[in-house]
Amino acid sequence: MPPAQVNEGLATLSDQLILVTVLLYLAAMIAYALELAFGRARTAVAPAKSRRLVAVGAGAGSSAPAESAEEDASSATPVPPAGWALKAGAAAVVVSWLGWATNLGGILTRGIAVDRWPWGNMYEFVVALCFASVTVFLVLLTRQPIRFLGAFVTVAAALGLGFAVLFLHVQAGPVMPALNSYWIAIHVTAAVIAGGLFLVSGVSAVLYLVRNDGRLSVLPSKEQLDRIAHRAIVIGFPIWTFAVIAGALWADRAWGRYWGWDPKEVWSFITWIAYAAYLHARATAGWRGKAAMIVSLVAFGCLLFNLVGVNIFFSGLHSYADVPK
Amino acid sequence: MTKKNDTTEATGATEEREARPVGLGVVGWLRWGWRTLTSMRTALILLFLFALGSVPGSIYPQRSVDPGRVAQYFQNSPTEAKWLDRFWMFDVFTSPWFAAIYLLLFLSLAGCVFPRAVAHFKELRRKPPAAPRNLHRLPQNAAFDGDLTVEEAAARLRRDRFRVVTGPDWVAAEKGYLRETGNLLFHVSLLALLFAVGAGALFGYRGNVLVVEGEGFSNTVAAYDRFMPGQQVSAESLQPFSFTVKDFQATYIASGEKRGQPLDYSATLSVQDTPTSRPRDVELKVNEPLDVNGTLTYLLGHGYAPTFKVVDGKGNTAFEGPVPCLAGDQMTYTSECVIKAPDAQPDQLGFLIRFLPTTVPNGKAWVSIFPGAANPTVQIFPFSGDLGLKSGQPQSVYQLDTKSLKPLGKMSADPTPLNVGDTKELADGAGSIQFTGVKEWISLQTAYDPGRLPALIAAALAVIGLVLSLTVQRRRVWVRVKGRQVTVGGLTRTEGGGAGFAEEFAEILTKLRGAAPAEPSGHSQPEDRSEDASASDREPVSPSTRSSEE
Ligand code: HEM
Repeated sequence: MPPAQVNEGLATLSDQLILVTVLLYLAAMIAYALELAFGRARTAVAPAKSRRLVAVGAGAGSSAPAESAEEDASSATPVPPAGWALKAGAAAVVVSWLGWATNLGGILTRGIAVDRWPWGNMYEFVVALCFASVTVFLVLLTRQPIRFLGAFVTVAAALGLGFAVLFLHVQAGPVMPALNSYWIAIHVTAAVIAGGLFLVSGVSAVLYLVRNDGRLSVLPSKEQLDRIAHRAIVIGFPIWTFAVIAGALWADRAWGRYWGWDPKEVWSFITWIAYAAYLHARATAGWRGKAAMIVSLVAFGCLLFNLVGVNIFFSGLHSYADVPK
Repeated sequence: MTKKNDTTEATGATEEREARPVGLGVVGWLRWGWRTLTSMRTALILLFLFALGSVPGSIYPQRSVDPGRVAQYFQNSPTEAKWLDRFWMFDVFTSPWFAAIYLLLFLSLAGCVFPRAVAHFKELRRKPPAAPRNLHRLPQNAAFDGDLTVEEAAARLRRDRFRVVTGPDWVAAEKGYLRETGNLLFHVSLLALLFAVGAGALFGYRGNVLVVEGEGFSNTVAAYDRFMPGQQVSAESLQPFSFTVKDFQATYIASGEKRGQPLDYSATLSVQDTPTSRPRDVELKVNEPLDVNGTLTYLLGHGYAPTFKVVDGKGNTAFEGPVPCLAGDQMTYTSECVIKAPDAQPDQLGFLIRFLPTTVPNGKAWVSIFPGAANPTVQIFPFSGDLGLKSGQPQSVYQLDTKSLKPLGKMSADPTPLNVGDTKELADGAGSIQFTGVKEWISLQTAYDPGRLPALIAAALAVIGLVLSLTVQRRRVWVRVKGRQVTVGGLTRTEGGGAGFAEEFAEILTKLRGAAPAEPSGHSQPEDRSEDASASDREPVSPSTRSSEE
């Protein structure tokens, strides 16, 4: 049994760290967007093409890629390879690492304040999920030139955290007896990691659908976006599978059956099927490309619904997610 | 269907689907049906249907999960409920249409996996195909000058665990058979999982029972409040254990914003594994079930069972003992229950009881403010008349059928609560009722499922197979040696694959070249890549994006 005592000082510190994280992610997002907007457009086709895309208003904090304005190349001067834009990009990476650190700090302090795993309710879960997606992005960034994803991942994380702080926040405290198990460390951690990967893949998929073929754009080629989305799912899918199985094992310990079609179970299953369908679609002629991407976004929608919708709309055994009323 | 339709559809079909065998007769049609059923496209559609089919199961209450809420649905909107019920919306996961999807998927899976397994088994023993004439047409290729012999090249590739065959002036090598093995393992495990779940449902059982502190339970069909056996379960096959509930403790957060939230539940049982074995004490908690030879008993819920003594108008004891109450609100545990005293004279007596675990006055009323029993009281609403038990209609123990009952005395919405030990005299000399004490009850679920371990093993194997089939790539490398001219080519045989292979190819090239002076040619520019190839070697997120960055 956990002590009912909560370290209020640490709990408050945790709340403040999360707020700082939101600001840092927003700052990073703006810097990434500046680099995107004023850095060099990537050549998807021969630069002789008469049109190119220039992103405008990229700093405006929208999660969709910046609206694009078309310009006639003949009337416009070539984009200067602005040195400061590159610097903005480098600064963005530094700021996102800072945000990552405060995010981690927020999670750790809350965990220490309540002396348990810090993902026992929806607020904590969403905070962990945002942390996981930024982690996935930053780790990928050390291996691949995917800085262009930064603006979109950080804005998604900032929105997620903001949503959690505004609508889901509950006072730090002990959890229901049912959550008092080492399984929370296994099952929820796996779900959080898979969720982070799926989020990165979802962002790439959206960019893929938005990206216009055969045009100059600040975005990388469709092929590249497709590969990132696929990679993230290929890694995320087995982890998600594991999370579902760990959930079944826990259900076996806690409720006396490993599978009982509880709404949460149903939607994990649907999510799983949808991602499996994506993998099949991508390996099937006629579905590759756009259709497969849409399937992956449907799957991501199922995941989000499972994480948020099921806790709010359905009552089930999982309903101790502690959503504020 | 008309012929015309057939042809238009056939031309619209992709390479996966075969044209319908017009006029081929029954066998042809069957073969066509089987091919269509086991194609990836059909599997994909069935997968979608499977997912779609389970959605209503999460929207509507399910009889197997919460029969109470289904009954409520019928009460609130009877016509809608009747229609929904016609489509099995309250039994989605046992409905014929869900079973149909499930069976088709199962068939599709089996029809897909077994031919593939046979093909893979043959493939495993086949040698890699001879080198194609033009290696520089392959996705990865390079040429260099060096003193490499066919034997040396073969030996180097073998060292990298390639399967190798050699010709007079060529080497063919292949690797990554584990991908298909993993894929088959995954799909076969999925089949095994479905079997294990089915076996568990046939040979296992579940039962629910409510036990009050101090009382006992023995594992027989009759002792359960609700018993759900599989088709192959006989009453004698139940594990013959028994136990007494010695004590139950619930602890709650006492103050602050989360006041009243439960912290811990714990029941102490005295368990006898068999009728002759010595009793042992077991602490039963949420997440820590009692295990008797694979039959597990879980602590699901709890509540209060105040105890009463009812004396009728003739001075006889008409009822004595605990009455389990159901809590309406988890934060206050204000609970309700019913006492039926059919033997009371001259008239039968019935009582509605409201139990307040921590009672405080609230204006003219009384409320409970905490789930723990800090100041337990009961409010009693007495009735006399006919309890309606003789009609033979089954009645809920939690409900009083007041049709033929009349209230005893003046009915008040908030009668003065009784403390433990207090007695209330009933009006019209009907007798008295004494609130004698407070006990707690626990609800338990016993489950026996012989399929759980096989299901777990199948699921674990499925994950292993999945990881193999997602991470391993099937790849081939060929080397041609013409004098000092060495050409090397390579490709992956994986749909959508190729990630990371460029790096691996570069590395192979470096090894093949050995000490020979570097003179690269060809499209893949191995020099540029070999440096970071070692850093990101075989990493699942390897720099597959490079080509478009250049
Ligand atoms: C519950 C159902 C199923 C799940 C979750 C599932 C999952 C998967 C996964 C994750 C892969 C790996 C994809 C890849 O290699 O890129 C795969 C491959 C495959 N599955 Fe399934 N599958 C299911 C049912 C089926 C069925 C019914 C069939 C046959 C009709 C089938 C045929 C295949 C084939 C042929 C592949 C190999 C694709 C390739 O790499 O070429 N699957 N499956």
